[in-house]
Amino acid sequence: MTDTAPKTTHPALIFWIVAGWVGYCLLPWYMVEDGLWSFQWLVDGYPFDEDYAPAFFLIGQGAKLWLAPLLVPLALPLFVLGRAKSDPLYARFLILAGALGFSWLIAQGFSIGIRGFSFDWLEALFGELGDRQFGMGYGAMICASAFLFLLTQGIAARGAINGDVFVVGAIGGVITIVTAFVFFPIAKMLFAAFVTEEGAYSLSVFASKFFDDRLWGLGCFWGARCGAAWNSLFLAILVGFITTALGLCFALVVTRSGFRHKRALRALTVLPIITPPFVIGLALILLFGLSGSVTQFFAELFGTQPTRWLYGMPGVLIAQTLAFTPIAFLVLIGVVEGVSPSMEEAAQTLRANRWQTFKTVSLPLMRPGLANAFLLGFIESMADFGNPLVLGGNFDVLSTEIFFAIVGAQYDQGRAAVLAMVLLFFTLSAFYAQRVWLGKKSYTTVTGKGDAGVHPLMPTGLSVPVLVIALGWAAFTIVVYAMIVYGSVVELWGVNNSLTFKHYVTAFSVRLEDEGIRWTGAAWDSFWTTISIAAIAAPLTAAVGLVTAYLLTRQSFAGKNAFEFGTMLSFAIPGTVIGVSYILAFNVPPIEITGTGVILVVSFIFRNMPVGVRAGIASMSQLDRSLDESSLTLGANSWQTFRRIILPLLRPAILAALVYSFVRAMTAISAVIFLVSAEYDMATSYIIGRVENNDYGLAIAYSTTLIFVMLTAVGLLQLLVGRVRIGRRTQHGTEKSS
Amino acid sequence: MSDTKIGSKAAPVRFDGVSKVFGKNVVAVDNIDLHVAAGKLVTLLGPSGCGKTTTLRMIAGLEMASSGKILIGERDVTKLPATDRDVSMVFQSYALFPHMTVLENVMYGLTFSGFGMGEARSRAMNGLELVGLKGFDNRLPSELSGGQQQRVAVARALVLEPQVLLFDEPLSNLDAKLRRQVREDIRAIQQDLGLTVVYVTHDQEEALAVSDEIVVMRNAAIAQIGTPRQLYDAPNDRFVADFIGEANLLACQIVAVNGDQATIDIEGYRYTLAARGLPVGPATIAVRPSRLVITPDQGIPATVAKATYVGVRMEYTLTGRFGQVFAVHEDVDTPLSPGTEVRMGFADKGPVLLPEE
Repeated sequence: MTDTAPKTTHPALIFWIVAGWVGYCLLPWYMVEDGLWSFQWLVDGYPFDEDYAPAFFLIGQGAKLWLAPLLVPLALPLFVLGRAKSDPLYARFLILAGALGFSWLIAQGFSIGIRGFSFDWLEALFGELGDRQFGMGYGAMICASAFLFLLTQGIAARGAINGDVFVVGAIGGVITIVTAFVFFPIAKMLFAAFVTEEGAYSLSVFASKFFDDRLWGLGCFWGARCGAAWNSLFLAILVGFITTALGLCFALVVTRSGFRHKRALRALTVLPIITPPFVIGLALILLFGLSGSVTQFFAELFGTQPTRWLYGMPGVLIAQTLAFTPIAFLVLIGVVEGVSPSMEEAAQTLRANRWQTFKTVSLPLMRPGLANAFLLGFIESMADFGNPLVLGGNFDVLSTEIFFAIVGAQYDQGRAAVLAMVLLFFTLSAFYAQRVWLGKKSYTTVTGKGDAGVHPLMPTGLSVPVLVIALGWAAFTIVVYAMIVYGSVVELWGVNNSLTFKHYVTAFSVRLEDEGIRWTGAAWDSFWTTISIAAIAAPLTAAVGLVTAYLLTRQSFAGKNAFEFGTMLSFAIPGTVIGVSYILAFNVPPIEITGTGVILVVSFIFRNMPVGVRAGIASMSQLDRSLDESSLTLGANSWQTFRRIILPLLRPAILAALVYSFVRAMTAISAVIFLVSAEYDMATSYIIGRVENNDYGLAIAYSTTLIFVMLTAVGLLQLLVGRVRIGRRTQHGTEKSS
Repeated sequence: MSDTKIGSKAAPVRFDGVSKVFGKNVVAVDNIDLHVAAGKLVTLLGPSGCGKTTTLRMIAGLEMASSGKILIGERDVTKLPATDRDVSMVFQSYALFPHMTVLENVMYGLTFSGFGMGEARSRAMNGLELVGLKGFDNRLPSELSGGQQQRVAVARALVLEPQVLLFDEPLSNLDAKLRRQVREDIRAIQQDLGLTVVYVTHDQEEALAVSDEIVVMRNAAIAQIGTPRQLYDAPNDRFVADFIGEANLLACQIVAVNGDQATIDIEGYRYTLAARGLPVGPATIAVRPSRLVITPDQGIPATVAKATYVGVRMEYTLTGRFGQVFAVHEDVDTPLSPGTEVRMGFADKGPVLLPEE
């Protein structure tokens, strides 16, 4: 079955040529006002109405003439349809067409905006432009993709990555979307920091905002207030240390003690996944706030006036420690288990006692893991937005300051940008340190080969305090979570403690009427929006993450390290920074999506992409490379290999990536709060709104509901993933009927 | 219905000045020329890191040559990716897809070759029958033994009737007994179907047993190409002599050259053998352990330093002024004990002069 004559039909090429023409001639070129999912335009004057017209009809009517040159790159690839891939003309034409079309699209998009030319020099050159254009719609986006993939096919035909069309296309696609939705907004934000009120660029504006006393002031040493930057830094360092220490205690209890209920402790690790970030803050208010139970109790006991000590640094610190200790625990459990038992056994046979073994062997081997946990806690604390917002009081931190700079009365984009830069600098430094410095220093010594032996127990002098601390903190965590559930059924906390389901009714009432169910509760709108946005974002996140993971583990190409750094970077970009930068970048053409559901979906995809990438990398590196290679030598191309070999073997990883990106999309607040609109309100921002109106009952009831929804999702995942594995195992024993 | 019997479209493979450089300056294969005739089994043999696997992967298209030209049959495949070459490969780890049954594994490649389901199925069944795994088609790979998995991997590659079939150390995961069996099966199938096979191994015995021709590689280059007998009996240099079977290397003096015959002298012991173009003067001679003859009175004086009984034969280490040599002896009933003074000579055939390097 070999045809030695080179193939001259190229299905992928034909597909993208057709897509390009369809995008140009049939679909509305600009963003349709009612959103991507509305098809009202089909019956509303299409294809001649200027708002809905495809580019082809626009030009036909003599409007938007700058779109006409795109016809050239659209026509170019038609000439190579009958040519062989090895023909140098084939590659040259495609590269030319793709590069020309794509760059012209971008260039016209940036230079012509809602008010004609966007740059003065263009106006000086060509004179006033009587026309204007809006954000890209279906047609423009499909056209752009067509040009992009024509370009990658051309590059592949020139021999890049063994001429692999799928891989080159995937690399090009990932680079383009990461550039468009991570680097472009960040860059735009950085520029915004230099813009004066009149719209000119100026260094002094930046300097005056950067060296602001509210940012770098050190007043707290003599009784005044410190700047937000210092506050954030102190807080993050403290949180990093405390969560690492507590996480280590938990990890030691689980792996190196005789404690019996280890499984229950492990369940703690699931908590941060299912808890919206500010819920802990709410629970702390119920306990220690002005009318909190503990506060009231002590106030009555000693006859003192209750204070607002919780609001500020102490409250935020406690809340973040509660929220992020499980994350440190999760990291450290791997590290502590990863220290090879045979190392410790070797030390013991060399006459070290338990304490000496722990001090001289176990602990030093864990050191990189400890640093890693610290940096994670640091980044999480820096990026946390919900808890400082709820509990911060007068204690300003960067993430909330950014929010107030944009939303508050001051509305100062420049200040928000400067604050975001500082915040980004801190988190990126930590991220960089984690990658570069720790990357080379992993001592996890357990290999795939069966490593016999058991971990020795902790020395007694250590195990008692460790156990006390761990159990104490676990008990506190349980109390806090119990308060959340309890608080949701109390009439008015601290004032009227009678039990009621009133809050749930307000939020989630339904009425059965003639025309069906009516969702009368106050929360339903945001609830369904959240579910549907999260459900749309989850598969896209998983797909982007897995394709990226495939490229990172299975392919080698120039600039792979930079590619990896770029894709993992969004992990270190705090949500508030993403929020600000999206607002600044996407409220003007060429990509104009603020106020739509699309911007929420996009922000979730790129916020959560690292989760998918990590899940994919972890499970893909367990698949032997020879599986792919043998599929390739058997005649499958890399797309077929990806679909028929890698994807089926990754089913558990895909499920996990799906559920986690779904759940994370539901709990996110920091980026979301900037991007929601009246039409697309999310659960978390709705709850924050309730909290700001002091409507704690409803907020807590809603949060509790969310926690249970997500608990169900995660539980379902565990069940499904478990069944996938069992399913395969049972097939081994019994004959599979076909 | 067409005849679904597995046939062969064996084609020759040619390397013209092929090099492979990893990164900037790690040369894995350095400017090699190689010709594998159609229907022959050629082994790439060498120590680890010599470039043999890289060479194999370049035939498969899993690595791309940095320079030079690769031809399969008449076709220049230098730039073609693995998918588009008519080559299949049996991997060291077998690389059976764990989520597919044996039959699905064997059918996998056929479905990409334009066969209908029925045709692919019957071809796959034929392939399984050929390797003796009829009736195992619904098992999962994890339900097979190592040897059976190996045969599935062979069947999966065979059914595509590739122009060239590649084996990357296919026996290294099998135990010693099974190894001999599978290697004979592979050789039998190859000869029956007249396949072109390129086979990588680091085991010289395996190479000698299966090959039509052996390519010995060292440091990214070819050290010698020849039939098993040529390599064993007339190695080009010390490396080949030592790598293919053990060889004792002894310094000697060529005292006379007469036509293509040379006479050598070691401590007064005279021996005549092929001159291989060497002039009178100092030289090195390679002698296989089995070609050393131990006698009480004639030859080079030596002392038995070590005597080991290994069942089918005796193994002796002899020392003397020439240094140390290793000899084997068929006579296990009257072994020599360490310390015995003996004389050592060469068998009539076997020893060979090595060209000076």
